[in-house]
Amino acid sequence: MKPLTPRRIFGVCGLLLAVLFVVVVISLRMGAYPISISEIVMTLFRGVAGQREQIPSEFWLVVFGLRLPRIALGILVGAALSTAGAGFQALLRNPLADPYVLGVSSGAALGAIVSLVIAPHVPGLIQIAAFAGAATTITAVYFLGRRGGQLDSPTLLLAGIVSASFLSAIIMFLMTTLSGRDLRGMAFWLMGDLSSPAAIDLRWLYFILLVVLGSIYTTSSDLNLILTGEQEARHLGVNVKRVKLVVYIGASVLTGLAVSVSGAIGYVGLLVPHVMRMMFGTDYRLLIPASALGGAIAIVIADTLARTVVAPTELPVGAMTALAGAPVFIYLMRRKVR
Amino acid sequence: MSATAGSGTSSGAQTQTRPFGTDPRPRLKVEQVSYAYSATDRSAPKFILGPVTFEAQQRELIAILGPNASGKSTLLKLLGGVIKPLSGRVEVDGAEVGGLDLRTRAQKIALVQQESELLFPLRVWEYVLQGRYPYGRRLRFESDEDCLMAGNALAQVGADALRDRWMEQLSGGEKQRVILARALSQQPALLLLDEPTQHLDIGGKVELLRRLRKLSDENRYTVVVVTHELNLAAEFSDRIVLLQKGKPLRIGTPAQVYQRDLLEEVFEAPLEVELRVTGRPRVILRGSH
Repeated sequence: MKPLTPRRIFGVCGLLLAVLFVVVVISLRMGAYPISISEIVMTLFRGVAGQREQIPSEFWLVVFGLRLPRIALGILVGAALSTAGAGFQALLRNPLADPYVLGVSSGAALGAIVSLVIAPHVPGLIQIAAFAGAATTITAVYFLGRRGGQLDSPTLLLAGIVSASFLSAIIMFLMTTLSGRDLRGMAFWLMGDLSSPAAIDLRWLYFILLVVLGSIYTTSSDLNLILTGEQEARHLGVNVKRVKLVVYIGASVLTGLAVSVSGAIGYVGLLVPHVMRMMFGTDYRLLIPASALGGAIAIVIADTLARTVVAPTELPVGAMTALAGAPVFIYLMRRKVR
Repeated sequence: MSATAGSGTSSGAQTQTRPFGTDPRPRLKVEQVSYAYSATDRSAPKFILGPVTFEAQQRELIAILGPNASGKSTLLKLLGGVIKPLSGRVEVDGAEVGGLDLRTRAQKIALVQQESELLFPLRVWEYVLQGRYPYGRRLRFESDEDCLMAGNALAQVGADALRDRWMEQLSGGEKQRVILARALSQQPALLLLDEPTQHLDIGGKVELLRRLRKLSDENRYTVVVVTHELNLAAEFSDRIVLLQKGKPLRIGTPAQVYQRDLLEEVFEAPLEVELRVTGRPRVILRGSH
């Protein structure tokens, strides 16, 4: 009997942070302007230490001005989507739940677009609208996915997929009529794309991310019990209603946050928590931080590939995640059916 | 049959030792408890349970019997505080169950119902450790004491060897023992089980009830079991609560409750009741020839 200890959590998180650092350095290295690994590491350390004057200005521009902001955005989006996925999987007791598959990302995207149409220049409004879109969609999908008062797994997934395509159609309609066939913008909202910098200070978004991650994390031992059965969890003293409310709001905020800056990137929330479960077990006290870091790693890798494989043009990062995620979805679904 | 006779003598011996070292207060006190279920708030109730009154001491094993839809599971949920009674009160160790906060309640009462399907694989020890949840603060990690208690619980149900197995690989009987171990690791005063023998073969059923009898005798648990097994209930329980359509028809020792006319009426089957030398009745299906 070896119960989970804080030491193991710190160990795993430390390992993942190290992997993330390596991935970030490699990602900084990739691109049109040639810069060596040692130059990147030196630039990073001097930048963090506040010795900006010792860094050659072109290095500063490439690392801190161009590539790092995009990576930082990717880390934020990956962490938010993976944690939201792990949260939805527990909330809906469905291993195939993911913000994209459930249509929640499309709902958030629609909310964001509507806010851009109504009031394009109000800071923070797009995030709030995306959260509202996400929360509305998950509520609708939850009720559509019930059969005879019970949550039914295939019905739930179908409800999510149908909602996603319906919402995408509305997004396409709005995009085409409003901005005169802006295909890049369309790809942004439908497939997910990290090439446009966020219109809001990243520090704000990171602050929200950390607060929400923290509040979802406080429910992690409750989620472990809910995963073995809601009724049993209640008998063991879990306040199931409160926990579900925290995770429902938290996962919707995270989805809204991610979608508002990157559009609807799919399958990260499905893929990453599953890989983390295979590697580190199903305990949510470890799974939540591991998924957040794993999601960050996954998106940074996916975005690096998206902007390098067909350089000088770019793929939307959502195309990369769908390439990897869709087969995994099929695999998990078939394994569950058997 | 020799085994069942053996358990009969052990509970006989228990009767003699009961006055010593036992809290005179009833552990479980059910007072005029009733419940009504209706489809909507305004419509007339579809189903009414009670009023039910009985008491149980430590080391007592109570069986709730009755045909389908007689309110057995509803009564068990009322005892466990999962639903609130329309009137009357349920007390465990002098505290009203409905007034306890969720964790305190889970420290006093363990309720085992039909288990949900596990979403992700879990080891047996992880599952049993979940029973320690009511004792931890939020996010507290399991202490050595929790592991000790979970280990004891596994030992009490004879499932030590299963510790590192996956839950999904267990047989029906093994799984039922592990589920019982999780309930025991809650260190409850009151152990409530809803049809625990349902998916077990006859050997598993006898084994489980003998274990429950032993737990209540040796570890002072008060056990309440909802079951369809008339003969096993007669063999292993101290008292029977017989329900029909929500009404408590009779509450008493198996010999008091198992009257041929009464059982035939309740279960709508031709039955024969014989009293065995152990003083416990046995129900036989009467042949139609």
